[in-house]
Amino acid sequence: MYVSVKGGERAIDNAHRWLAEARRGDPAVAELSLEQIAGQLAGSVDRVMAEGSLYDPELAALAIKQARGDLIEAVFLLRAYRSTLPRFGAAEPLDTAQMAIRRRVSATFKDLPGGQILGPTFDYTHRLLDFQLAAGGAVPPPAERAAEPVAPAMPRVADLLGADGLIEPEAADDGRPVGDLTREPFRFPVDRDVRLQALARGDEGFLLALGYSSQRGYGRNHPFVGELRIGEVAVEFVPEELGFAVEIGTLTVTECQMVNQFKGSAERPAQFTRGYGLVFGHGERKAMSMALVDRALRAGELDEAVQAPAQDEEFVLYHCDNVQATGFVEHLKLPHYVDFQSELEMVRALRAAAGRPAEEPEDA
Amino acid sequence: MMQNPHDDPAIARRRRWMGVLAQAPRETLERAWRRFAAPPAFEWLRRPETGLVMTRGRAGGSGRRFNLGELCVTRAAVRLEGGAVGHAYVAGRDGRRAELAALFDALLQQPTLHDELERELIGPLAEAAHAAREDAARKAAATRVEFFTLVRGEDA
Repeated sequence: MYVSVKGGERAIDNAHRWLAEARRGDPAVAELSLEQIAGQLAGSVDRVMAEGSLYDPELAALAIKQARGDLIEAVFLLRAYRSTLPRFGAAEPLDTAQMAIRRRVSATFKDLPGGQILGPTFDYTHRLLDFQLAAGGAVPPPAERAAEPVAPAMPRVADLLGADGLIEPEAADDGRPVGDLTREPFRFPVDRDVRLQALARGDEGFLLALGYSSQRGYGRNHPFVGELRIGEVAVEFVPEELGFAVEIGTLTVTECQMVNQFKGSAERPAQFTRGYGLVFGHGERKAMSMALVDRALRAGELDEAVQAPAQDEEFVLYHCDNVQATGFVEHLKLPHYVDFQSELEMVRALRAAAGRPAEEPEDA
Repeated sequence: MMQNPHDDPAIARRRRWMGVLAQAPRETLERAWRRFAAPPAFEWLRRPETGLVMTRGRAGGSGRRFNLGELCVTRAAVRLEGGAVGHAYVAGRDGRRAELAALFDALLQQPTLHDELERELIGPLAEAAHAAREDAARKAAATRVEFFTLVRGEDA
């Protein structure tokens, strides 16, 4: 049991004042603006929005600034802010086939309708530090523009190739209410909607490690990236007072369709199966990891042996949330004096019972 | 059978301008509002209020719906003197932007103002959005790649 403590107000105030000073850094150096963070640290902003489960680049930039760049702390701040707002309702599902494509690649199909679009990517860079960036001041040349734009909408590869049955078709929505882990606790086994929600806001590092473990043989399922796409999609919402859908804004999202080998089972023919990833922002590592873990978690449904951590739904869902995880781990550093005192007495009693009294310090 | 409201041409037009207004920069809306010599009188039905809309995806892109995460949205509703009611649901937390979007939604329903606002405000906003989208699509097209599969020596 945790017994609370009191006192220390002055020390706490002073500690927070020091934190504020340290956060600001050298006052002779220009202060970071939210526009700078949102515009030039977009990868951090996108990660905080995805794991904070709240799309608002300006708020995410503020959270990053306040957290001194500690992204899990920033996620925590965003989650806390979110809990103060009312919910107006749920939007219509995003139609990723209508995405304004910035990047779209497939590792399995060379000639896709619409083409392979590299977009602004780190892929194929040499990962050499660029000391020109350190010097600053250089304005990069504008991005090249082709005469013809890419198509305004591109079909999803899995839908194109699913038609002949070699890739399993996606089960249609059955109209059941959509589960929401922010409103109801998990009840295992959970449905795929709740699982996808948990993964979409799950910690990138945790999901990356689990996805990697599945590639290394802990629940192996032979994945290929069927398609990875990044771009902007419109959000439509039906206000009760209007009764029709209106576009309320645009989101940048990353979607990954993983295509996996499957030998078949008593009920299903041999065919490729699918894992799915969808995250806020430009987050391909996270979307790919999510798709790997989503597929691993379908083991039971596909009559595969559930043996590895990535296939264990309770293990994955109870541990993928970094705000919950950090809360429980970090509470250990708060005062536990009463707890520890009682444990200390128990250890002393056990030692006394075993005939080995604790050695008393000489000048106690 | 109930008629789908999206098939109604009046609703289709309103959906379009509401979508354009929801993405409009605040400064453009302010400028358009300042062009009224006497700002139209209105009363609040709902003062700007910020809340959340849960966005959704579909498993595999086309299957079962799931909750992806929330989006900050600000809404507002106004009634003009003539009785027209304007609504706005706008991503973000800018109350003034939602207020102006609701006002223009109401004003665009006025037959006397509709054509002018369509020409002076909605048309240019839609064009600017289209141009931005096309510019990004042309940058994307410049990164289109053709991969070739190399044939191994012994197979050649």
